[in-house]
Amino acid sequence: MNRIFEHPILGPLEDTELVRIFVDGEPVEARKGEVIAAALIATGKQYFRKTIKLQEPRGIYCGIGRCTDCVMTVNGVPNVRTCVTEVEEGMVIETQLGYGKWGRGINS
Amino acid sequence: MMDREIVVIGAGPAGLSAALEAARAGAEVLLVDENHKPGGQLFKQIHKFFGSKDHQAGVRGIDIGVQLLEEAKELKIDVWLNAEVCGIFNQNEVWIVRDKERSVTVRAERIILATGATENAVNFPGWTLPGVMGAGAAQTMINIHRVLPGQKVLMIGSGNVGVIVSYQLLQAGADVKAVVEAAPRLGGYGVHTAKVRRAGVPFYTSHTVLEARGKDHVESAVIGRIDERWKPIPGTEIELEVDTICIAAGLTPLVELAFAAGCRPVFSPVLGGMVPVHDAAMRTSLPSLYVAGDISGVEEASTAMEEGRMAGLSAARSLGHIDDATYRIRYEAVENRLLALRSGLFGQKRRDAKEQIVSQSQG
Repeated sequence: MNRIFEHPILGPLEDTELVRIFVDGEPVEARKGEVIAAALIATGKQYFRKTIKLQEPRGIYCGIGRCTDCVMTVNGVPNVRTCVTEVEEGMVIETQLGYGKWGRGINS
Repeated sequence: MMDREIVVIGAGPAGLSAALEAARAGAEVLLVDENHKPGGQLFKQIHKFFGSKDHQAGVRGIDIGVQLLEEAKELKIDVWLNAEVCGIFNQNEVWIVRDKERSVTVRAERIILATGATENAVNFPGWTLPGVMGAGAAQTMINIHRVLPGQKVLMIGSGNVGVIVSYQLLQAGADVKAVVEAAPRLGGYGVHTAKVRRAGVPFYTSHTVLEARGKDHVESAVIGRIDERWKPIPGTEIELEVDTICIAAGLTPLVELAFAAGCRPVFSPVLGGMVPVHDAAMRTSLPSLYVAGDISGVEEASTAMEEGRMAGLSAARSLGHIDDATYRIRYEAVENRLLALRSGLFGQKRRDAKEQIVSQSQG
């Protein structure tokens, strides 16, 4: 778990409603209102997608929706910027290969 | 098509300040931002700001953000979130896509661009590995999303962003293994640098990162000494066991909208690269377009807020909302605060660079 529960300036992490998302088929509890990338980092996910030619792993880079390095397939839609897209109950998130395919991710 | 007197693009410190100032002057303002929350990068700045009392020195960025949003609410400023500006046509038509599904064009008499900046990358073997990220990205993760992108961090760059984020990573519970600086001297404000030093973090000057190693994620980083010509010196390599490498190598203004609209550019290496030429009142080469904040040259949130006030003030005045005497008083107050922020060892360079840009707007 990589969540920051206690913080000297920001105080304790407030309790919030949880939502259940599915990451490559596995159910994961996420905090309502957080972005997908945060929920995945909290679980320790190592990479978010792989490049098409060399199968190189990629993760977050800019964290504010500019660089598109962190894109994944979300609810069947490829190339969703996970650092600026909020989690939703029942959301299906899949590690993406290359430009992705409509309807499925790398492992489905 | 709908009409608004002033459209402000970007709801960060500059855009919010511009919208507030223009609304206070009596202008009808629409503030748009592509994100689902306003504030830009203000809410990740949990450190206290510099400057004098007039600049809210000693107040944390995050608290200033809350205050600006409250004022925007009181003034009933119309704010569109999840609203992406895709283009500006005929110097007064703003094409906005709302919630990724509705296309709206707003005709504005004045447009204030406060689009901010983006972090620079440094390329080295392995830099695309997950775990290599902008220092600002790590700051967003820890201070806004409350997750640690890694436990053992290497910071590249000892400027203000490098040392402030290093300290905030320590506050968040990470172990900062080292701060690497390519220049022979450290670049950040002494106060922030000293805090990181006191925490026992080693600083390597005249060093650079040579490689990131790892399979699916960063597992280690190789750093090495560089000579006066910035070439790595063989035999000086050190391998550090880290899972995160943060890059704090400056920012580049987000100028696409301004240049696509036709604003005249000028190159300002000190302020981050190509920026729209503007006068001291923040008006660009196009009479209906203004800029404020990092898009007009990368500085700090405190200067961005003053520039926003300046842009909001001058745009409102150009529409006849305030009389000359009131304008003069407010203009000078903002001008004086900007001069104070651009003084001292670090400020003077930025002040000279700003004056260079402004001189381009005359003639």
